[in-house]
Amino acid sequence: MTPDLNSRPRLAPGCRLGENNQQRVLLMPERALRLNGPSLEIVERCDGKHTVQQIIADLQKIYSKAAPQKVEQDILGYLALLQKDRALDFET
Amino acid sequence: MPNDLSNPLALIAELTHRCPLHCVYCSNPLEMQTRSNELPTDIWSRIFREAAALGVLQADFTGGEPLARPDIIELIRSARSAGLYVNLITSGLPLDETKLAALITAGLDHIQLSFQGAREDTANEISGTKSHLQKLRVLEWLKQHRVAVTLNFVIHRRNIDQLPEMLAIAESSCATRIEFANVQYYGWAFANRENLLPTRAQLDQSLAFIKSAQERLQGRIRIEYVVPDYYAKYPKPCMGGWGRKLMLITPSGDALPCHAAQIIPGLAFENVKSRSLREIWEHSAAFQKFRGEAWMQEPCKTCDRREQDFGGCRCQALLLAGDAASTDPVCSLAPQRPKVDAILAGMNAAPPAQLFVKPAWLYRGNPA
Repeated sequence: MTPDLNSRPRLAPGCRLGENNQQRVLLMPERALRLNGPSLEIVERCDGKHTVQQIIADLQKIYSKAAPQKVEQDILGYLALLQKDRALDFET
Repeated sequence: MPNDLSNPLALIAELTHRCPLHCVYCSNPLEMQTRSNELPTDIWSRIFREAAALGVLQADFTGGEPLARPDIIELIRSARSAGLYVNLITSGLPLDETKLAALITAGLDHIQLSFQGAREDTANEISGTKSHLQKLRVLEWLKQHRVAVTLNFVIHRRNIDQLPEMLAIAESSCATRIEFANVQYYGWAFANRENLLPTRAQLDQSLAFIKSAQERLQGRIRIEYVVPDYYAKYPKPCMGGWGRKLMLITPSGDALPCHAAQIIPGLAFENVKSRSLREIWEHSAAFQKFRGEAWMQEPCKTCDRREQDFGGCRCQALLLAGDAASTDPVCSLAPQRPKVDAILAGMNAAPPAQLFVKPAWLYRGNPA
């Protein structure tokens, strides 16, 4: 499932950012994901305001040394993974 | 933290053994703690702070029925302010709309509502009380709130054929996650095993149903299916490995590596009233007993899977093989596997009329 570029991902109910021992984590029912660098940048933008397209554009700027196409693919892959974990709602 | 010792990720807080239900497979010990032995609010608050400092991310409030604690709101607030993700596992019986809203305002992240079946008669029979309709009411109230909702259906011979109806209940709710967990056989469930264990035909049918449901609902509802250990080829990595990821605190403050650990002879448990969580995690003899690999016997000792399943469940090894350090007898490589096969063969060969007659259940009692 590839997310729609114009949809606005938002953390699903009961999913939120947390921190433990200086490590940022995505807390969700019965699991937690460590967030570093790009994954943290992505999750911080899953606020129901940024579109998928805007998240891609932001990260392409932040990681300007990486190939833009690669950044886009990685983001779509990561969002699909979070969706499969039921950590995201996509608002349209 | 000493070398090679990971920190616990979740704290299972058994707040009380009191419960309005009498489920025939309850995971509580046969001998339960009374209300007068329950830890007070301030000790629980200290435990939550110590847990967060130790690296714990999530607190699972369970029981018994955790809502039987009059200080439940304060407990949620203190766990949340310690930095923990707060998960409540409840029957939903003591809830009304006001109480539910208060729990969520206090910082509850995730509510797990237990179901004993999809139909009122089955559910009430299994829980030994009228409980089913109240759960359906709670599901309606939850639609007004922003909180993660999991429906926990406990599965066995008497309700496994209701999976499609259970799924329909979940789909008409706001749940983002469903646990269909087959009963495992310890404690009360062990005593009622001959009436709970599903047939192989039932299990096969359930696996096919779950697979198609998972595909259809991907991205909408996460569905977890836990099969009975007895039917598995390899054991589960019980508790993620002994003393590796989880810590359970009983209502009176004993720190255990798993729900049933108290049945294992010779283990002495530390109590949080006299020890910090860190001391217990790092040094308690009970937590070290089956940590790592030194305790393992053959075939585990040299098995390629020992880092995946950690030898399976110690309590199951004790119950079925009589030795808590032996390979979990549900493992197809275990010397004691024939015992499990004999249990399954006997049950699967019995005439259906005998398997589906209403049994004389041993109901879970209730502490004072």
